[in-house]
Amino acid sequence: MKRLRDARILMGSGLVLVFAFALALPAIAPDSATTNMAVFTLMYVGLATAWNIMGGYTGYISLGHAGFFGFGSYTLGLLLAKLGIAGGYTPFLFVPVAGILTALLAAVVGWFALRTRAATFVIVTIAFMFMLQLLAGNLVGLTGGGAGLGFPVPPWRGAFYNIPFYYAMLVLAVVGLATSWWIRRSKFGLGLLAIRDDEDKALSVGVPAGAFKLTAFVVSASLVGMIGGVYGYYVTYIYPQFVVDPLIGISMVLMVFLGGLGTIGGPVLGAVILEPAQLWLAYHYGASRLYLVFYAAVFLAVILLMPRGIIPSARDLITRRRARAGGSTGAPGAKSEPPAPAAQEAIAQ
Amino acid sequence: MTLVLEAAVLGILTGGVYALMASGLTLIFGVMRIINVGHGALVVLGAYLSFVLWHSWNVDPFLSLVVTMPVMFVLGVILQIVFIRPLKTDREALSVLVTYALALGIEGLLGYFFTSNYVQISVWYDTASFPIGSFRITYVYVYGFLLCLAILGAIFLMLYRTTFGGAIRATMLNRTAAQLVGIDVDRVSAFTFGIGMASAAAGGVVFGITNTFNPGSHYDLISRLLTIIVLGGLGSLRGAIIAALVMLVSEDITSVVISPVWANFAFFVILIAVLLVRPQGLFGVRVREGL
Repeated sequence: MKRLRDARILMGSGLVLVFAFALALPAIAPDSATTNMAVFTLMYVGLATAWNIMGGYTGYISLGHAGFFGFGSYTLGLLLAKLGIAGGYTPFLFVPVAGILTALLAAVVGWFALRTRAATFVIVTIAFMFMLQLLAGNLVGLTGGGAGLGFPVPPWRGAFYNIPFYYAMLVLAVVGLATSWWIRRSKFGLGLLAIRDDEDKALSVGVPAGAFKLTAFVVSASLVGMIGGVYGYYVTYIYPQFVVDPLIGISMVLMVFLGGLGTIGGPVLGAVILEPAQLWLAYHYGASRLYLVFYAAVFLAVILLMPRGIIPSARDLITRRRARAGGSTGAPGAKSEPPAPAAQEAIAQ
Repeated sequence: MTLVLEAAVLGILTGGVYALMASGLTLIFGVMRIINVGHGALVVLGAYLSFVLWHSWNVDPFLSLVVTMPVMFVLGVILQIVFIRPLKTDREALSVLVTYALALGIEGLLGYFFTSNYVQISVWYDTASFPIGSFRITYVYVYGFLLCLAILGAIFLMLYRTTFGGAIRATMLNRTAAQLVGIDVDRVSAFTFGIGMASAAAGGVVFGITNTFNPGSHYDLISRLLTIIVLGGLGSLRGAIIAALVMLVSEDITSVVISPVWANFAFFVILIAVLLVRPQGLFGVRVREGL
């Protein structure tokens, strides 16, 4: 028991440290190159965390979350344009509105897409994404089509420009993490995990699988939509192919897989490792498109060598060490999370 | 009316090409239970291979298939052994990501060698046409349709008239049972992936003559191909062929009746409509039992 409490305290203080660091980062490294990278990293922390709520907890792989990202972006842009809001801090207040509208869309899409399972669900989400991209490009009167949609220009200049966006992304990432943590600890979260492990059995013991899946989908999508909104305001001009970008959709998935599917810290870890690497690659090799090859290589390496991600693999390693050292009283890691289904299947084989 | 009729004929002809590409995809799903998101990239790769042969040595694109199809077959077997076979747990989800990564890798490599400029294979029969009634049809569509028909016929013959085809069908029906009766499921899987890629190469040639393409073209292709196989019912060959024809005909008709920019949209509308009624697709369950 004592060891468990120690671990909790250690983890708590670690979290406080990380959070304090995140709060103070713009003061530590105020140059715009660093804060720009930080904005994008936090964006992906939020996106991966949000994706994990659906993909990690329920096991339903959505490759269409870039659609919600783009929808949130366009929604915020259109709201600001129609209401005639000028650049400044006010546009951030409309981000939750974009979130609510994205949630509505997700409810409709989810109701439809979740009629299908596994492979078909994946394909339906991909189709949904391309459908939205097409709509964004074709509804010229509303979205401006291929010419793009402009946001109000933020009034900030120089190195300060990135700072408000940094904190906006930080807020959304923290909201996402808190939601993810709360879900993971709740009965709702347990229901989601049960669906991931065996949906039919979950149904038979009374988990309202349909409602649970849809709720997770909507929560996940609305977070992604809000992040898309802030992104749109940050880059000030959006085009259908750049916000409804399949690469954004797949990036968040890869980050979750790298860090650890279904864990709370995994998506954060995945995003913090991959996004700076991706930015660096795109910066140095973007013109030759070789960065896509590097990206694919990382992707393949992660999935073939470590399909369960860093955190579950590391946890296994620690548990095994402890067991070998004779600590048979149960390691704290093993207590806080049930073993991933991949492990159970591995045992079964 | 003539326009609609013309669109319908063109839809059937291009539908044949999509039927070939989609049948490779659905075969791969049926045998391995994986969704090959990289299939569009493989079609584009096939198109580029023929493009190189045509561009450098002036080889007729249809003739180049004699080289590119075996090359793509071998490549497919290798890809399957290296990237798909190691997936033991959670195949369906992980395979989506692996094949997505393969698509990105192929896109990146093609972009490195060929830049992202659009190219097209041009031959005399991509502009020459012959009259049918009140409208004219370009030769390439007919040639492409006949080629795909021939390859599809060969695939069907192989599936239903050879022992190896029997092994493929058995694996599609029940992987474990197939293993129990002594079928080398791993070998069947690798060869099926190879067959899928070879047919992608054939589809790629026709695609490359009738469209301008660049390394990023695979997104558009894969969204169509996936929609087709879901509509037909995952793993159903007949479903894929019928769905491809239905989709392409409605797309071409939408294009002339409403507007070309909405043509793609017909795909998604039909998909939604069908899935609302039959979440398993047109031939989802029935054909699985029939096979």
